[in-house]
Amino acid sequence: MSVETKSLVAIVVNGEPCRTPAATLAELVHERGLTAQRVATARNGDFVPERARATTALRPGDRIEILSPRHGG
Amino acid sequence: MNAPEPAIDTRSALVLYGEAFPSRMLIGTAQYPSPHVLAEAVRASGAGIVTVSLRREQARGRTGERFLELIEALGVRVLPNTAGCHTVKEAVTTAQMAREVFGTDWLKLEVIANDDTLQPEVFGLVEAAKTLAADGFKVLPYTTEDLSVADKLLAAGCKVLMPWGAPIGTGRGLANPYALKSLRAYYPDVPLIIDAGIGAPSHAAQAMEMGFDGVLLNTAVAKAEDPVRMAQAFAQAIDAGRTAYEAGLMGMRDMAQPSTPVAGTPFFDLKHGP
Repeated sequence: MSVETKSLVAIVVNGEPCRTPAATLAELVHERGLTAQRVATARNGDFVPERARATTALRPGDRIEILSPRHGG
Repeated sequence: MNAPEPAIDTRSALVLYGEAFPSRMLIGTAQYPSPHVLAEAVRASGAGIVTVSLRREQARGRTGERFLELIEALGVRVLPNTAGCHTVKEAVTTAQMAREVFGTDWLKLEVIANDDTLQPEVFGLVEAAKTLAADGFKVLPYTTEDLSVADKLLAAGCKVLMPWGAPIGTGRGLANPYALKSLRAYYPDVPLIIDAGIGAPSHAAQAMEMGFDGVLLNTAVAKAEDPVRMAQAFAQAIDAGRTAYEAGLMGMRDMAQPSTPVAGTPFFDLKHGP
């Protein structure tokens, strides 16, 4: 009997290394409970628009930024 | 029937990228003692434009959403910044992210040269401005008082310039009034906003008397003992400075000159003799 295990991808999210079962950027945002929040994403320094998150596959070593509105000067 | 729109005196309104703002004050949203004080200070300032930023959101975080709801309730235009960006790439990516989240193509463009002075990195600033203006952004660059940089920013597509008064957060006022005066004289028709370094309402009034179109500040209000009253003080100073500029200041003289008429002075003959 074989057990299907989803492989984890080692990536860096907001500067912190982590391992995630998420296959795409959209899944990662969902996993972190931010789907309903207004956040913006970038992968390896490039902006990823919301509409492109579902087709943006996560690869080992990817550096992901998930940002949200904050006070500023 | 709809009530008429409140009249804006176009002579004194601040016009940026074709949009008119009754107040010539722009205010930052950082460093206030509480969200409530922030909201009250923005209201007291009368500012129609507030600066905001983007920062990392933690898993299951609600910080960004709560902040955005607070800002949206103020009914003002948001001006996202690229604070903390040191390269063209960082600034362009941050700008694109800000446009999506805040739903605006207005941008306070910052490319920072070093962390001690927070001085604009003007070469990267020009390059990023060119890329972003071509991509449809309305770029308001945080720059120095340098004329050659200003020329290149305008050529890059910026319709507004924001020269510094002094380094961010120093509260030193206008460090180089001579160069700022030159900049003002050189570009009489470009909206120029003094951004950063303002510490007191008198600094803001000075900038406005010199003919600058507006003032953007944050720390001087946020770090005041009473930010709400300080926001009012700045609003009054900026209004006073602008009105003085429009009224036309007298020229300076080296020698004293009596303001009371000399003719008919009593005892004049006794003092000066026949």
